[in-house]
Amino acid sequence: MSGSTPRSGGAMVEFDGVGLRYGPDAEVLRDISFNLQPGSFYFLTGPSGAGKTSLLKMLYLAQRPSRGIVRLFGEDLGHMPRHRLPGFRRRIGVVFQDFRLIPHLTARDNIALPLRVAGVSEEDLAGPVGEMLSWIGLSERADARPATLSGGEQQRVAIARAVIARPQLLVADEPTGNVDPDMAMRLLGLFEALNRLGTTVVVATHDIHLISRIENVQMMRLEKGRLADPTGALRYPPNRS
Amino acid sequence: MIIPRVPVQHRSLLPDRRLSGPTPWVIAILMLLTLLAAAAGVGLARSANAIGDAIAGRVTVQIVTANPEMRAEQAAALLDRAAAQPYVRSARAVGRDELLATLGQWFGSAEGDDPVLESLPLPALVDIDLAGPDRADQMRALRALVAEEAPGARIIPHAEWLGPVARLIRSLAWVAGAMVVLMTLASAAIVIMTARAALGTHYATIEMLHLIGATDRQITRLFQRRIAIDTAYGIALGTAVAAAILLLIGWQWSGVTAGLAATASLGTAGWALLLALPLLAIALAALTARQTLLAALKKIL
Repeated sequence: MSGSTPRSGGAMVEFDGVGLRYGPDAEVLRDISFNLQPGSFYFLTGPSGAGKTSLLKMLYLAQRPSRGIVRLFGEDLGHMPRHRLPGFRRRIGVVFQDFRLIPHLTARDNIALPLRVAGVSEEDLAGPVGEMLSWIGLSERADARPATLSGGEQQRVAIARAVIARPQLLVADEPTGNVDPDMAMRLLGLFEALNRLGTTVVVATHDIHLISRIENVQMMRLEKGRLADPTGALRYPPNRS
Repeated sequence: MIIPRVPVQHRSLLPDRRLSGPTPWVIAILMLLTLLAAAAGVGLARSANAIGDAIAGRVTVQIVTANPEMRAEQAAALLDRAAAQPYVRSARAVGRDELLATLGQWFGSAEGDDPVLESLPLPALVDIDLAGPDRADQMRALRALVAEEAPGARIIPHAEWLGPVARLIRSLAWVAGAMVVLMTLASAAIVIMTARAALGTHYATIEMLHLIGATDRQITRLFQRRIAIDTAYGIALGTAVAAAILLLIGWQWSGVTAGLAATASLGTAGWALLLALPLLAIALAALTARQTLLAALKKIL
């Protein structure tokens, strides 16, 4: 996989020979090369400690690569100045296993956060936030704080927060890890709906059953810091026309 | 802007726990001590300057001739001659009554009518204020004049015996100034620690704000506002207590009219400095918080 140049035409995300290490330790990711096409749905799997979260961190711009090239929306992020990163982050939605909702804010305010940060006025954000609460089925609990919501409700709020600004790329790190199987399927349904609207979705998960429920998904498997792509679908993805 | 404007909805990103931490109270104590030290420094500096001005060109000629009549004649002659000199601004004979009244305080007789005191052979004193800056030449000329009119008289420059006092007061003023600087640095250190603690406490919120595209400036303004307001509460409290103490001291001081104490006052510039200090402290706190926050945020991608 390493050593060759990825096909980059039209790719939303390009990794080319990427390595990542924390401090002086050995690399946790080695020679990662792949392309993610716009509008696609990807599952990232692999055993614990394989480097899934580290890979996702680079995808949602919480980490720069130690080597190699990471291009997002056509721009090399490895050398991008810090002050330009917020603009790119606003095009990416992130969902975490532990939700990471701000505890003293209501569900409504947590969902509204990305729009407020982007400078959307209160009048303009009321409509989208209401629609999003309705979409995740939590209109009645809009003023509840995270501590009073169930795990599934919190995760739905987290997903609503991740997608309210209509990101081009949605990255989810074990989003179903803290919810029951029924809720996991409902959450997956939300991701599918977003994907149908054109959002590129990357979901890291251990849950093989979950993966089998979705059609036309592509698999990325990490093992010991290396990306397995035996079919070559990641580097040379099929045309989704 | 000292306290940055942040949209109302953004302010709720930090939980509302105003005055719950130690920062406003520590800042209040430091502000109180800073203002008291500054007031002491200004008062002492003005006192030292007043004494310095008063004694810089003043001498007292002490005529100790044994014959009282000759002593009085010499004093009168010296007074006349001295007053006519171009380098003398003013000259005056210290009257016997004034001498007796001064000495009477030491003899336990307020009116100076103690019989023992009355019997003492008191010297004749002539106070002379020199004009102009060329003290050495003036003293040389004065010595010659005194030698002519009152041989054996002693010339006592006031700077010789009050000078050390003025220097001591000036040193104390510098110490007070140094205390103001140290307490300002301590206040800045408190603000830095508060900013860092706030970043640590709210790290998860900051991380999330970063991930959804918040800029360093947005995050900094949020924290800067909170820290500046908390600090302003502390500064207001410290200033109020300091003002009450200074007004009480000022009221008591107004009854002191004698000696060196009478020279101590704050003056208009001193009061203006004391009023400016709290505003400068708020500005310093906001600036310190901003720089600390920006530096810390730069370490996060």
